[in-house]
Amino acid sequence: MADSLSRRGFVGAGIASTLALGLSACGGSSSSEGKGGKVTISVNGMPPKTQPVDRKWYEQDVRDFEKSHPNIRIDAREGYMDPKTFSAKLAGGQLEDVYYVYFTDPSGLIQRRQGADITPYLKGVPYIEDVAPAFKKVFTGPDGKIYGLPNGQYSLGLIYNRDLFKKAGLDPDKPPTTWDEVREAARRITALGDGIVGYADYSKNNQGGWHLTSWVYSLGGDIATRQGGRWKAAFDSDAGRQALTHLHDMRWTDRSMGTRQLLQIEDVQKMMGSGKLGIYMAGPDNIPTIVKQFERKYSEFGVAAMPGTATLGGGNGFMFNPKATPEQIKAGVQWIQWKYLNPDRTQHDDKRAKGGAVPIGLPLDRLFTARTQAEVDAVHARYATVPQTNYKPFMERNSGLTQKVEPPNAQQIYTVLDSVMQAVLTRENADIGHLLGDAAKKVDSILATVK
Amino acid sequence: MTVQPLTPTPNSPREKPAPTAPPTARKDAAPSASAPGGASPSRRRRRLRENLVAYAFLTAGVLCFALFSWYPIVRGWLLGFQQVTFARPAEWVGWDNFRRLFEDPLFVTAWRNTGYFTLLALVFGFAAPFFTAVVLNELRHGRAYLRMTVYLPVMLPPIVTMLLWRWFYDPGPGLFNNALELVHLPAQQWLESENLAMVSLVLVSTWANMGTTTLIYLAALGGIPGELYEAAEIDGASIRRRLWHVTLPQMRFILMITLLLQVIGTMQVFIEPYVLTGGGPDDATVTVLLLLYRYAFIYNDFGMASAMSTVLFVVLGTFAAVYLRLTRTKG
Repeated sequence: MADSLSRRGFVGAGIASTLALGLSACGGSSSSEGKGGKVTISVNGMPPKTQPVDRKWYEQDVRDFEKSHPNIRIDAREGYMDPKTFSAKLAGGQLEDVYYVYFTDPSGLIQRRQGADITPYLKGVPYIEDVAPAFKKVFTGPDGKIYGLPNGQYSLGLIYNRDLFKKAGLDPDKPPTTWDEVREAARRITALGDGIVGYADYSKNNQGGWHLTSWVYSLGGDIATRQGGRWKAAFDSDAGRQALTHLHDMRWTDRSMGTRQLLQIEDVQKMMGSGKLGIYMAGPDNIPTIVKQFERKYSEFGVAAMPGTATLGGGNGFMFNPKATPEQIKAGVQWIQWKYLNPDRTQHDDKRAKGGAVPIGLPLDRLFTARTQAEVDAVHARYATVPQTNYKPFMERNSGLTQKVEPPNAQQIYTVLDSVMQAVLTRENADIGHLLGDAAKKVDSILATVK
Repeated sequence: MTVQPLTPTPNSPREKPAPTAPPTARKDAAPSASAPGGASPSRRRRRLRENLVAYAFLTAGVLCFALFSWYPIVRGWLLGFQQVTFARPAEWVGWDNFRRLFEDPLFVTAWRNTGYFTLLALVFGFAAPFFTAVVLNELRHGRAYLRMTVYLPVMLPPIVTMLLWRWFYDPGPGLFNNALELVHLPAQQWLESENLAMVSLVLVSTWANMGTTTLIYLAALGGIPGELYEAAEIDGASIRRRLWHVTLPQMRFILMITLLLQVIGTMQVFIEPYVLTGGGPDDATVTVLLLLYRYAFIYNDFGMASAMSTVLFVVLGTFAAVYLRLTRTKG
């Protein structure tokens, strides 16, 4: 019998949330404006102590920044965006003045007014003008105001095991550029046997919806479009059908996606890390995770650009506590620019990282407009610690792909699309047309709330 | 034989003031003239003083309940009628959250799935510990060892249990499919099949939680007087009849309580679908609490989450009230 007492711990997440609200009376921001014009800002994103090198350099950066900005004191804290605790922290006055977010977060946070408008504080701040407009747009509200700054970026592509490519008679320097080629490569890799899976994809915890979005984008489709001022679902289209048909055929006709489904990122990384997976869709940032976690070598993995014409770009950045003072916001903007959007420090950072285990030269964080980005890339190339030739297929094609961002109310939409992915990957006779039509109706109702 | 009351009653010698003893016999007692009712105030004050420690403990308990239980519950109800962002003061939106909740197609799905889980949990999870307890009770040897074995899964952290079972259910190298292969049976998609996923979750839940209930049943079985079985045996009753006419009636009360707790507990199923299936495949294991969790912590819509928890509260409260009333009537 279910242990009702232990289960009571879960009694209504809503009720639990109210506890957080109740505790709000006890909380209070630790940041303050000191006398003599000195301003203290709390910021998160500090690497944990389990990453001693990153932590040491971060602390060094804080000291350097405080030295060059004597009127600002940084109260650095660990942690990134966690939707499970975000509201409780905000309600309890514990949310940092400058807080880390993923690209999926800003639209909702702006809509709920959980971020401060930083537009007036950006004037004259170095390199802000050089940030690529696509990433500025992520933090721009419907009112045209800016609510945050990016600090990291990735484009989804394909990560593949170069050794398995060779064993399957495929050229690891010429990875697939179309979904048909992906299918063929997955089929040949699966044929190697020994439990090796050709291609794997996520279908759980909203990650299936996220990847299906990228499939649809790559095939020239869209997830949501604005029609006459209102957002409507747009994936019940040829692109949507093609994407799901490809997945269905790989899963059920070719049997190149393994039998275990309902996977999420950790599962697939584990498959790749154990050498049992040929290809999966991911950003290049997955490679260090696999290398470190499963003690692999960078040379074992290659990155290809997304097949087709477009890809989904994601990333992270920082937003500002709506309760922060103008002085704190101003100081926060300076910190973010100095620490993360500072081509002048690229050489310093790369030189410092060269001796450590931190990878330099992955095709990531291409945040700036072409000319500034080229300067940054040149520095990275000089200090590269990873085999950049393995990422050439990505670099060559990715810049030609349309970089698209996530749809509004992304998480809700992904929940719906998760079910579609699951149906296709777990039901051989799944009716793709019906699935798409049904999901489109649900997504229309989600999008009806978008202003 | 006279029985000395353990707690003093108003008529007990300790409490009753002697008629001959004037109130002023106690220096700190108020003069009767100043307080209507004669000796009552003094008696109240004395009782208060005697029970001061008890009141202090009671106050602490009440405060804890009020702060950590009642206040959040009431706030939870109120939140169901508000739109909250925690950045601005909450806005009253009337029944809007409930309207949106009922319009969500997953609302019905979640309740249907939860009902199905509860039903399956009653079939597996209610019967299994009862019969395990009956069998253990009949054993002459190895009872302590087997009792510990049955209870062992309860001691595992839930997340460990879930990950262990995820491996059992793995369609490739998993334990169950390998076992099926050994006996030449087809492999199953334990978690990937819409038809099997919920049954698989109930099996995990039953395995993980039946230890506690088995122990409760074992204790109850131990309390049944042996003479009843002896009399039944002398009358020639079979094992089945002894079970039906002796064991079940004797355990009726404990079975009723565990059934109530079972239904309340299983309707709040969360961790199994959260870890093992994420609500899939194709929403086949989205439960009420999983949906509530998504509202609150994925979509940050605390109004909807609170509306959902209010609905759950009402359903469980109504069930408990009706159940208790029916069982009381029958009793």
